[in-house]
Amino acid sequence: MSFRFVKSLLLAALVLMLASCGKSATDQAAASGDRVVRIGAVAPLTGPQAHLGKDNENGTRMAIDDANAKGIVIGGRKIHFELISEDDQADPKTATIVAQKLVDNEVAGVIGHLNSGTTIPAAKIYSDNGIAQISPSATAVSFTKQGFKTAFRVMANDAQQGQALGEYAVKNLGAKKIAVIDDRTAYGQGLADEFIKAAKAAGGEIVAHEYTSDKSVDFTAVLTAVKGKQPDLLFYGGMDAQGGPMARQLKALALNVKFIMGDGGYTPEFVKLAGVAAEGAYASLPGVPLDKMPGGKAFAERFVAKYQPIQLYAPYCYDAVNVMIAAMQKADSVEPAKYLPALPNISHEGITARIQFDGNGDLKGGAVTLYQVRQGKWQPLETVGADK
Amino acid sequence: MEIFLQQIINGLVQGSVYALVALGYTMVYGILGLINFAHGEVVMVGAMLVLSALTAMLGLGVPPLLALPVSLLLAMAGCMLLGYGIERVAYRPLRHAPRLAPLITAIGVSIVLQNLAMMIWGREYHAFPQLINNQPHHIGGAIINDIQIIIVIMAVMIMTGLMAVVHRTRLGRAMRAVAENQHAAQLMGVDINRVISITFMLGSALAAIAGLMVSANYGLAHYYMGFMLGLKAFTAAVLGGIGNLRGAMLGGLLLGLIESLGAGYIGDLTGGFLGSQYQDVFAFFVLIAVLVLRPSGLLGERLAERA
Amino acid sequence: MSRHSLCGSFCFELLATLLRGFCTVKNFKFTRQHLLFSLMLVAVLLLPFVTDALLGRGWVRIVDFAMLYIMLALGLNIVVGYAGLLDLGYIAFFAVGAYCYALTGSPHLALAFPMLFPDGLHLSFWLVVPLAALLAGGFGVLLGAPTLRLRGDYLAIVTLGFGEIIRIFMNNLNAPVNLTNGPQGISRIDPISVAGVSLNATQDVFGITLPSVHLYFYLFLGFAALVVFVSHRLEKSRIGRAWMAIREDEIAAASMGINTRNLKLLAFAMGAMFGGVSGTLFAGFQGFVSPESFSLMESIMVLCMVVLGGMGNIYGVILGGLLLALLPEILRHSVVPLQQALFGKTLIDPESLRMLLFGTALIVVMLYRPAGLWPSRVRRRELESDETTV
Repeated sequence: MSFRFVKSLLLAALVLMLASCGKSATDQAAASGDRVVRIGAVAPLTGPQAHLGKDNENGTRMAIDDANAKGIVIGGRKIHFELISEDDQADPKTATIVAQKLVDNEVAGVIGHLNSGTTIPAAKIYSDNGIAQISPSATAVSFTKQGFKTAFRVMANDAQQGQALGEYAVKNLGAKKIAVIDDRTAYGQGLADEFIKAAKAAGGEIVAHEYTSDKSVDFTAVLTAVKGKQPDLLFYGGMDAQGGPMARQLKALALNVKFIMGDGGYTPEFVKLAGVAAEGAYASLPGVPLDKMPGGKAFAERFVAKYQPIQLYAPYCYDAVNVMIAAMQKADSVEPAKYLPALPNISHEGITARIQFDGNGDLKGGAVTLYQVRQGKWQPLETVGADK
Repeated sequence: MEIFLQQIINGLVQGSVYALVALGYTMVYGILGLINFAHGEVVMVGAMLVLSALTAMLGLGVPPLLALPVSLLLAMAGCMLLGYGIERVAYRPLRHAPRLAPLITAIGVSIVLQNLAMMIWGREYHAFPQLINNQPHHIGGAIINDIQIIIVIMAVMIMTGLMAVVHRTRLGRAMRAVAENQHAAQLMGVDINRVISITFMLGSALAAIAGLMVSANYGLAHYYMGFMLGLKAFTAAVLGGIGNLRGAMLGGLLLGLIESLGAGYIGDLTGGFLGSQYQDVFAFFVLIAVLVLRPSGLLGERLAERA
Repeated sequence: MSRHSLCGSFCFELLATLLRGFCTVKNFKFTRQHLLFSLMLVAVLLLPFVTDALLGRGWVRIVDFAMLYIMLALGLNIVVGYAGLLDLGYIAFFAVGAYCYALTGSPHLALAFPMLFPDGLHLSFWLVVPLAALLAGGFGVLLGAPTLRLRGDYLAIVTLGFGEIIRIFMNNLNAPVNLTNGPQGISRIDPISVAGVSLNATQDVFGITLPSVHLYFYLFLGFAALVVFVSHRLEKSRIGRAWMAIREDEIAAASMGINTRNLKLLAFAMGAMFGGVSGTLFAGFQGFVSPESFSLMESIMVLCMVVLGGMGNIYGVILGGLLLALLPEILRHSVVPLQQALFGKTLIDPESLRMLLFGTALIVVMLYRPAGLWPSRVRRRELESDETTV
């Protein structure tokens, strides 16, 4: 009896599997003679970072819609770009699976992944198959240090951003005794370590280095420990979901320090969660403020109208797609093997910065802009490190 | 010194939060011998319900001091219904099944609740409105604010209330009878299904209160908040001796204190070798140490060898 | 009997059990069962090609991971299914194995000890496998020793804590000495090679083109077969029977002269060794390990595989592993097309619906088949006779 049950179960699974294998029927565009070019987008669409993942997907989708509306011609044929969005659940194992699937689907390039922890193992698969990968948001230094010719990013890496943040904290904010908290994720720890290096080099003293996790909500214990060291500035390496409550608890503990975060803090979410305690907080964001770039402001307005307020990396996704398309146009080919060599030498006026890559695939220059919350809104202060 | 005092206060507040949730775990365990793994998610649903009701009512112009208790009551009712449903669907049919089967359904219920909540309330973090003027008080240089005081008092009050229910009422006597021996209780005229349902509903109502406390204190609610909280509370319940109400309180407070003092001082004591990154390691280490010395928790009853 | 000779006799017993398995081959007769078995073998051997042709290479990778999960589930089955010890931190052993190969098979050690290993260690995979098995087994005993007196739910929370402790250490041991590279993880792990042939590149064997994912499939298949074989022999051995006696009634088992302490430790160690070996495979396959891969959720997942499939029954556990590893992926691919077909548009986000269905499946299966989809015969008999007793 149980055997029959098992058999019917397996059968059902097989049917489902077959049902799912029918490759998504490509739309009318193909019929009308346009060449369909698939672009993969990967980010966590479930789990605690789902809101950021959705933002990435929307940014990528908007760029692809724009490109299709423009009617780009490459290699003598009109190109219709098609987005294939995948969920990597912020899990390295799932990341390699979806990477392999995108390879199967013969994508011309991949925009992703969101986290460093997923981007790094996936990069190997893209490299093995010669597919360009541009990450909009993975900042771990090691991503581009694996020696792959296919790995690029349009965001300053931890070293570039940590450098800018550390120098800014000591030189511009006049911090002498600095406390650091990081969330022990690849992002938070990586950024915090680079911040510490830069702050020390600039003459600051690190009086405390405490830790929390990306799932915590209570930071009173570590903040109290920090308070005992009497710092004048606190750097948090982590995301907005922890940074917001942390700013609140800082105020509640009457710990009067300047509070500064990396790009993970520059979100409307942070301001919402921190409430009044957000006022005066600093955060950095690689690139130049959106409204200072040609087309940036228009992008922001259109994005909000179409989806929802920009969470964080949507503009970078938009740029990443456009850089990829620019390389295709330059090489006059959508074949990864043909346009890949064009990518390292590309120069593209994006909405976050002028995008050029260095030998590793990292963003050249790596301008970083600092922002501060004033009257409940992030306001740009100044852009540093643009000409280095 | 004021830093030390502050760490004690931090630990007490955090510990009371754990205790509030742990009480729910321990009540169900005490009666059914079942880990209700989904309890953390019920806390999350409670917080979300309070938040939704509150936002709706504030939007209609209801004064905050009226809106808060009303939405709490609504959330409690909602959670009670949920708790009843969970027991009915996921646990009752498995009462005589192998021991691990209800554990798996509990995990299933957790996943379902989490994803339903994500669909209903979205993926983003919700800020909890600041309703009362959260006044800080200074005690010897350390600071504690109103909500935190309320949390500690609530935890103690709820524990004593529950103790009174279990030890002084007819219902409590029925609960203890079911816990002792379901068959014998049934023979004595106890409607065990009713008692178990009521236990789940009570635990879930507590979860709604805990959800409100947690999200008011930290100022946020999120569909993912139940998981870690549930895990910690479960640890606390076991530390104190699962099934024992006083044990849940003690375990919660102890866990809170271990975490805050551990995070605050181990770094200095070990010269920076171990720091606050090992916060959870201390908690689990103490738990293991306690269980090795007292295999049924601090206040747990010495179970007969064949449990 | 002294403790020393006891341990010796256990080792002997273990060897004898395995040997007996090989010896049964001697008087061989080809029966219908053998035919069925050979057909299944051919089907399994063709699986990657069929999957590749029908569904694409991504699915072969998914099947590869499913094989890893089957190995994990079978390892946990020894602890939970045979010996009845509820272990919620099993993934820790997987992590130990994975980091074992990650450290010894990548340039990473050059960072930690530049004087000792200027280019990293780069040990051969085949050398690391027994090492990892031993190390993981050692950790198994380390976990088992303090928990011998605990039972049921207390054991569950302690093992859960143990799993978290291991993960937290791996996440933080980048200072003071950079041993694990912390949350950044270790990348550039050497691919596994068999007889000097790297599995990381497409290889031609007897004119058949085998892509990397296929090669790994056969490697994993081999290891899984070994794990199944060892499990099978253990189940039928004196050790296995003793474990089951402990599972059913520890006191009765002890009074029958079973050394419950040693046998429980052996169960932890054996289970951990399987976990450790699958960990090395994972590290070599993935080329990158980071602590994120070893979260509590993974332990819970493996436990679900064992319980859902049918505790104590090897085939049930394999089924459970296969189903739970494939189900989320199947749902990922069928949820959107199905909705498109039914309603003409995507109503509910596929990702949330996928997990929702997964959770519901767990509940429904347990409600209708509380002993698992394919329970062992003994368990089923027990359940049926259980109706009358308390």
